[in-house]
Amino acid sequence: MNGKTTFTGHRGLELREDLIFEIGTRDRSGVDLAPLRGLPDRLGGITRDQVDLPGLAEPEAVRHYVRLSQKNHAIDMGLYPLGSCTMKHNPRLNEKMARLPGFADIHPLQPVSTVQGALRLMDQLAHWLKTLTGMPEVALSPKAGAHGELCGMMAVRAAIEARGEIDRRTRVLVPESAHGTNPATAALLGFSVDEIPASEDGRVDLDAFRDKLGDDVAAIMLTNPNTCGLFERDIIAIADAVHAVGGYFYCDGANFNAIVGRVRPGDLGIDAMHINLHKTFSTPHGGGGPGAGPTVLSERLAEFAPLPHVVANADGLELVEHGPHTPDKPFGRMVAFHGQMGMFVRALAYMMSHGADGLRQVADDAVLNANYIMAELGDVMSAPFAGPCMHEALFDDTFLKDTDVETLDFAKAMIDEGYHPMTMYFPLVVHGAMLIEPTETESKASLDLFIATLRDLVAAAQAGDTERFKAAPQLAPTKRLDETRAARQPVLRYGVTEKKQARAAE
Amino acid sequence: MSAIKFTKDHEWISLDGDTATVGITAYAQEQLGDVVFVEMPEAGKTVAQGDEAGVVESVKAASEVYAPVSGEVVEANPELEDNPALVNQDPLAGGWFFRLRLSDAGELDGLMDEAAYKAYIEELD
Repeated sequence: MNGKTTFTGHRGLELREDLIFEIGTRDRSGVDLAPLRGLPDRLGGITRDQVDLPGLAEPEAVRHYVRLSQKNHAIDMGLYPLGSCTMKHNPRLNEKMARLPGFADIHPLQPVSTVQGALRLMDQLAHWLKTLTGMPEVALSPKAGAHGELCGMMAVRAAIEARGEIDRRTRVLVPESAHGTNPATAALLGFSVDEIPASEDGRVDLDAFRDKLGDDVAAIMLTNPNTCGLFERDIIAIADAVHAVGGYFYCDGANFNAIVGRVRPGDLGIDAMHINLHKTFSTPHGGGGPGAGPTVLSERLAEFAPLPHVVANADGLELVEHGPHTPDKPFGRMVAFHGQMGMFVRALAYMMSHGADGLRQVADDAVLNANYIMAELGDVMSAPFAGPCMHEALFDDTFLKDTDVETLDFAKAMIDEGYHPMTMYFPLVVHGAMLIEPTETESKASLDLFIATLRDLVAAAQAGDTERFKAAPQLAPTKRLDETRAARQPVLRYGVTEKKQARAAE
Repeated sequence: MSAIKFTKDHEWISLDGDTATVGITAYAQEQLGDVVFVEMPEAGKTVAQGDEAGVVESVKAASEVYAPVSGEVVEANPELEDNPALVNQDPLAGGWFFRLRLSDAGELDGLMDEAAYKAYIEELD
């Protein structure tokens, strides 16, 4: 631990903390256990003093984890402008609803007659998602954005197989500014990936896209708004063109928060889109909770939606887990059970507490806040593409050109000022990219302080105060980490020797 | 050893007899920053000009390395697996990626020479 300026190493009430292996000892334990008698040894003869468990008294263990928890940065502590991640406030009402025993204490193997309320909630969430996107079908079970992408593209693949064209349609078009998961998903399903170049204004180059079309195209995967924070104006033309050659249109819905309540993806000709409940619909993420990536499907793909489905019958709601009982052709199951129930509750609580008009305002305010940042910083930082932007403001490193400061240094200096850095070096199409997404939940006062801070940093960089950047962060619990060495020579375990490893338990 | 040629994707290729050595340029490694991992093609793999032949990953980003010309991979640089820093330290020599047996040496004519590449990267800056 660096930065020892006091006798103890603590900085006031911000307490330093060593690894648990460094503070615990083998000969201590927080509990007294009587020796076991009459039970077989299932540990291969290993005794307690051989396994290097750090022994701590209960108050020491409690303090250890509380101190570590205080070193986290979280949306509950401050602005978290990580572009493309939508780190917005997680309303406490959502948490209250998710903790209701009728939702929190149920089990996925309970008889369906005893979980009608949960199924009703899933059905209602599905209704909201289908209505907001203008799509006829939704698969709730995908557990994250990339998993939702996989779901959508598996439906595309199933549809192509059903048409008997799987040997011919082998190519998926992906713009060069795409999320890395898009080409990865296509490749995982056995498609080849063909990149579409961007135009000068940061959008899909429509002519270049048309040149790549052919009857071997399975789909295009496009993010809208895209990763430069820009709305793809030609999206309807793109949809028409890919449909004309018999392909499908997958939309990455990671940035749906910018258009929710304003634009229905179904109206744009999209065939499949995942929705990050943990972004647009405020469920926790970034270490706070699991993701959830329900995937909506168009009329052309609806019959290929995976199991399970919630359907209504004479006895109430039923979860269709085995199929097909209908003319549908589900491509199978994606997960063992039904999806992230806790996230479904939170997302629906968010939808119902905001209402349709409130959700529309979410998008309006997210876009307004991002444009406020772009406008207030546009004269000192450099935006590669002319605004207005959507929900995130993209800058490049042109404004740092004649300084010794790079994007990474600039981001590290933000930590000293109490901010989580913005997304760096992504999208790749922009040099030294800095992608700032404030979200709608920041107040004007919060944005003004953030803007003033960045202006101060820009002035310092241009005035040659390189020390403030190269050594940053200087005030964080740990100083600048050697990221290169961490990647080249990762040490992932504490003090484990080969000899001890060999003595694995039974 | 003949003159070195360059691609728009910042690979260099240097012909020696019927095989050529391929790597990424000094400009490319500088843009990438510290290289932490390199994935190379296996010997015997056939690549067409412009095909993805490898991956170079830095602290900032992962990028593809494309085959500057068509041919068969003869050998990949065994040093890079344990010491990817060579790409930063010595991009044009010790940090080479792989050697190719060319199937069409004429493809080299379509690539840039040193002066043209220099002008190309000046334009990018």
